[in-house]
Amino acid sequence: MSTDAGPLHVRTLTELAQGIKEGDFSARELTETLLARIAAKNERLNAFVTITGEQALAAAASADEARSSNRAPPLNGVPIVHKDLFCTRGVLTTCGSRMLENFVSPYDATVVERLKCAGAVMLGKTNMDEFAMGSSNETSFFGPVTNPWNEKRSPGGSSGGSAAAVAARLTPAGTGTDTGGSIRQPAALTGTVGLKPTYGRVSRHGMVAFASSLDQAGVITRSAVDAATLLGVIAGFDERDSTSVDHPVPDYVAGLARPLKGMKVGVVRQHFDEGLDPQCGARVREALEVLRQEGASLVEVDLPNLALSVPTYYVVAPAECSSNMSRFDGVRFGHRAENPKDLLDLYCRSRGEGFGAEVKRRIMTGTYVLSAGYYDAYYLKAQKVRQLIVQDFRNAFREVDVIAGPTAPTPAFALGEKTDDPVTMYLNDIYTIGANLAGLPGISVPCGFADRLPVGLQLVGNHFAEERILNVAHQYQLLTDWHKACPEGFE
Amino acid sequence: MSLTKDQVHQIALLARLQLEERQFDDVVDKLSRIVDFVDQLQSAPTDDVTPMAHPLEQSQRLRSDVASESIDREAIQANAPAVKDGFYLVPKVLG
Repeated sequence: MSTDAGPLHVRTLTELAQGIKEGDFSARELTETLLARIAAKNERLNAFVTITGEQALAAAASADEARSSNRAPPLNGVPIVHKDLFCTRGVLTTCGSRMLENFVSPYDATVVERLKCAGAVMLGKTNMDEFAMGSSNETSFFGPVTNPWNEKRSPGGSSGGSAAAVAARLTPAGTGTDTGGSIRQPAALTGTVGLKPTYGRVSRHGMVAFASSLDQAGVITRSAVDAATLLGVIAGFDERDSTSVDHPVPDYVAGLARPLKGMKVGVVRQHFDEGLDPQCGARVREALEVLRQEGASLVEVDLPNLALSVPTYYVVAPAECSSNMSRFDGVRFGHRAENPKDLLDLYCRSRGEGFGAEVKRRIMTGTYVLSAGYYDAYYLKAQKVRQLIVQDFRNAFREVDVIAGPTAPTPAFALGEKTDDPVTMYLNDIYTIGANLAGLPGISVPCGFADRLPVGLQLVGNHFAEERILNVAHQYQLLTDWHKACPEGFE
Repeated sequence: MSLTKDQVHQIALLARLQLEERQFDDVVDKLSRIVDFVDQLQSAPTDDVTPMAHPLEQSQRLRSDVASESIDREAIQANAPAVKDGFYLVPKVLG
């Protein structure tokens, strides 16, 4: 296996787990290989906020020991990186913000804990838009991440660090969070696989909150098989998250083999309206044709309120954000202004200095839409429109098994291109936001290139139908090899 | 501009955010654009629609009121900017 599967860094998580298990190479050898790659390539990418080399080598040594004593857990010695908003005990968790520049969590997030128990070795914490508020990774206090496919372009966001690291073969997989597309959009823009599960499927405990009714943890990988494997580890009930759902976790890998024949794939009319880059549209249509030729039937469906999903989101998400961000007070943790003259001054200056421009805009938008006299017109109205959007999806899923379409309207855009107008940036999430508003699972898989930049195909399923979207994604990947394409300079 | 400077000052105070004077016009401009953008919701007909509360229509789970796991106070306060004898320090509140 070690000879024909290529160098260690290009292998998938499934191949690496197998290789360690069979003794083709040690966890230490693998960890050292990837740490050396990170050291060599991260300067160009800025994908990591913290590299945890020492801890990784110690964890790899334990993994090798576990193997030799025959008590190896399922992901024994397999490398992983965590988006820097998952709390990691004893390691910085910055959320890409000056506010948490020095924050060291006293506990592990449930996602981190479960992966640790499964034997995964953390290589580091990845860069992200500040507090996950952004679609380009440019709002990070630690500077933007660059796209491995073109260094002048954005990798997307907010989980851009994890996506860039996976695309650049610095790690086989990374965790991410998705509030409006923050896993799927960067996956699309970097040619990786990004899975956002059903709301409540994966515990949010220890995940720094942005918009609590929308946030969900997921993974970025290079294959649907790897995403299925990782979801099996991180999914499941957690009493420490009050919205965690007690619903059985199926064997996601076993579900991948089902043939596409008879599968009803919904194609949303509104997805191909103006606003979609023609080349991206062409790649997505080619992908749909692949599914059709394999026996799936394409069914046209309508999401009449799709255009309202972005304005709805930009009322609901900032409202929840303004509440969640009130915990940063300069008293219990986080940045504190020097020489405050009184308590109000302490709050205002600590927050004014600690948060970046986009986070401030979202807190203020949220404060405005929740304030006396505006609540009914904005917040309540948005929650009603959200109901209409959910109803649209409910109607669509009476007709089809999955919905397939573009993940993002364009391929990776240039760094700096959309920073002058927040609304232009927000519209980048038009195809992904609906799944968050309705709590549905979605996955983005690579489906070709436009101007030498990757394009993503998004598959959205009904609640708890992760098995189904992973199944379609995997069957598509058996028929195509877009997910194997590697950016130049990272082979 | 859908928002005035005075309104933005008031929002910033409610949100406990000090804004730099030199960035103020930019904040007013960008916040106004966001408010204009979300204003398109007003045209959606929602007369008989119940506002959504939760994507999965589930109710809040409760647990028994018994002490469970907790984290050591010292470990938590290690992140605090100023503590003394287990208390958080803030500027004098009462005169």
